[in-house]
Amino acid sequence: MSTVELLPAPAPAPRQSVFQRMPRHRRAMLLSLGALLIVSVVRVFTEADDLTSSGTVSATIRVSTPILLAGLAGLWAERAGVVNIGIEGMMIVGSWLGGWAAWHWGSWAGIGIAMLGGVLVGLIHAVATVRFNVDHVVSGIAINILAAGTTEYLSIIAFKGQEGGGESQSPPGKKGFGSFDMPFLTGGNIGSWKTPDILGWIENKGIVLISDMAGIAKGFLSDLYLPTILALSLVPFTAWLLWRTRFGLRMRSSGESPQAGESLGVNIARVRYQALAVSGALAAFGGAYLSCVLTNTYRQGQTGGRGFIGLATTIFGNWTPFGVLRGAVLFGFPEALRLRSDDAVMALFWVGAILLAILSVRFFMKARVVPGVVSLGVAALCVYTYNVVDAVPQNLVAATPYALTLIVLGAARQQLRPPAHAGMPWRPGENH
Amino acid sequence: MNKQKLQRMAVTSASSILAVFVALAICAVILLITGKDPIKAYSTLFGAITERNVQLDTLNRATPLFISAAAVAIGFKMNLFNIGVEGQMRVALLTTAVVGAAVKLPAPLHVLFCLVVAMAAGAAWSSIAAWLKVKRGVNEVISTIMLNFIALGVVAWAFDEFFRVESETESLLVKTKTLPESAWMPDIVDRRLNGMFIVALLVLLFFWILVWKTKFGFRLRASGANGGAARVTGVNPKRMIVIAMLISGALAGLVGMRSLLGDVHAYQNGLAEQQGFNGIAVALLGRNHPVGILFSGLLFGFLSAASGQLQLEDIPKEIVTIMQGIIVFAVVIINGAVKRYDEQRIQRKAAAELERQHEVVAA
Repeated sequence: MSTVELLPAPAPAPRQSVFQRMPRHRRAMLLSLGALLIVSVVRVFTEADDLTSSGTVSATIRVSTPILLAGLAGLWAERAGVVNIGIEGMMIVGSWLGGWAAWHWGSWAGIGIAMLGGVLVGLIHAVATVRFNVDHVVSGIAINILAAGTTEYLSIIAFKGQEGGGESQSPPGKKGFGSFDMPFLTGGNIGSWKTPDILGWIENKGIVLISDMAGIAKGFLSDLYLPTILALSLVPFTAWLLWRTRFGLRMRSSGESPQAGESLGVNIARVRYQALAVSGALAAFGGAYLSCVLTNTYRQGQTGGRGFIGLATTIFGNWTPFGVLRGAVLFGFPEALRLRSDDAVMALFWVGAILLAILSVRFFMKARVVPGVVSLGVAALCVYTYNVVDAVPQNLVAATPYALTLIVLGAARQQLRPPAHAGMPWRPGENH
Repeated sequence: MNKQKLQRMAVTSASSILAVFVALAICAVILLITGKDPIKAYSTLFGAITERNVQLDTLNRATPLFISAAAVAIGFKMNLFNIGVEGQMRVALLTTAVVGAAVKLPAPLHVLFCLVVAMAAGAAWSSIAAWLKVKRGVNEVISTIMLNFIALGVVAWAFDEFFRVESETESLLVKTKTLPESAWMPDIVDRRLNGMFIVALLVLLFFWILVWKTKFGFRLRASGANGGAARVTGVNPKRMIVIAMLISGALAGLVGMRSLLGDVHAYQNGLAEQQGFNGIAVALLGRNHPVGILFSGLLFGFLSAASGQLQLEDIPKEIVTIMQGIIVFAVVIINGAVKRYDEQRIQRKAAAELERQHEVVAA
């Protein structure tokens, strides 16, 4: 028997709808437009104007940025094959150094020195995991313990008794970052002339979809900080680096199959050291963003588990930079909304209900009764909650990113593709 | 006991002790850099060992560490990493505080009942991670981290929404309904050492018997040492994961009981915080062995009990946390290096032996 006969007959190509056949970017655009339409309809009938206001959008960007940076830190580490549980610790170090350096020399120095410190912590993780082959999770936990202890100790040494500082808080930093608006679009200044705020004008008209789009656009273009732009630009930069450069290819090979990479002459250890240095720097940037941009002081416990939310976004974003961005915005949005108004958070239940109803229709069309009934039931529960509950308890809002990540991990694991070798022990020259 | 086993034990203990000394040395440098006198610091810290209060406090603080370390170690024995002890503990704390206050039982039974409820609640929360791992293939490290935060949020919410009782005397302290006195764990030494210490020792004994003296324990260790081989001999890996995770969660439920049944007698925010996490460090230093956990738990308990004395000398007590972090780092790095050296030694020995046989054949 020849081997050819053993191959299964090619399966007939499944029939695809128009929607499935269109190019990916157009499909994504259509999907987001549809989502926006749902949100904007909900905004109109729940009268929760903050749902798409420019203020909410710009708050979302600010709240999401540290999460994004933590998520990118996780992405850099795991793409190179090292699991980084220590992101939280690296963020703590970053926030402390940021507060300390901003107090002495100003906010840019805060971010710069924090990133240097992050590189150092990242390299400690690299030495432990690459050189000494320590379990990645264990090393990460040790980093978290060490970071918390060291910063608490140093706070007492450096901040206690200083003006405006204390045992668990740094004195306020010098020179914060000024925010700026785009001229003409969102009313920024040219010289001393204040240009008209066109997007703001459209936003205030309250038209379905159009005002929402204007509000979102205004949110992106007003009240901007340079570090935010820097952080956001790291997303396309990381994507370019990973998939368009030699270094990115080497890094991915280190995460997928270090043996294969090594056999082709890639210095895996060096790649991992570099990736973890960057990972530490990004996490520390995220920490320093909290103590230099969002506020101007370091406070103990300021990171509040954002490092772990970042880890969740790495997974949620399927180990891609734009996925991480999506996850960070999704996780940051409820938090930002809660800061502005509780009613708007409740309106999210309607959005959830409509999305789940659509999902259940899709399940029923595929004759999958059980998941269909379940999502319809949850949708009904959402509507019920909206009518019964006045405000979502803050504790539950805080837990949603983790719950969502678990649900995605449990329900849509087929769609997730982690780097094949992330977290596994590896030594140079082994298993050839 | 054969020579090889003795040698291995000596190497293991030596590397753990070395790790502690490395940490002491690094912390001395940190103290020096920050302008504190390390000799004074260490003499104050270790001088406290003679004080009876510190001794008792050491045992009291070691109590939850013994239990949480055992909870972590039982997973480790089969390469299952339960980082969720903190969350499981938290769920068990609130559940036990609420259920325990709602029933009426005679004294010893009531305490026992509370312990059983705590174990059931802890196991129930850990079963989510077990289910996700076995049925959906979700890595337990990720799921238990996420579940820790979910537990934190859900427990804080449920406490706030349903179970809080404003205290009349201390208006700022919000707690659940106080447990009836029949549910209180009695003290061994009044207000200094709680009876949970005995329970913790029993947990370590149970852990030792379970892992080293039962068929289940053999399978557990076999799955950890060589999963493939264990499967071939008929060990069902999924079943092992579920059982190990449930036992780990049940023990995690007991971690907070010293604080709940022996101290505060009601749930409040921040009760027993970090005691679940700290068990990870203790288990690592103790090399997942009950005797090792006993010593490392006592060390960590002592460090935090004596750290208060440092404050008197104007040295921040947080240096002790740094020390604990460095100990964990040092112990895993030294273990890695020793293991590596051992492997190389065995390889060299085998190579030399082969060479010799080769020569014999050639001759």
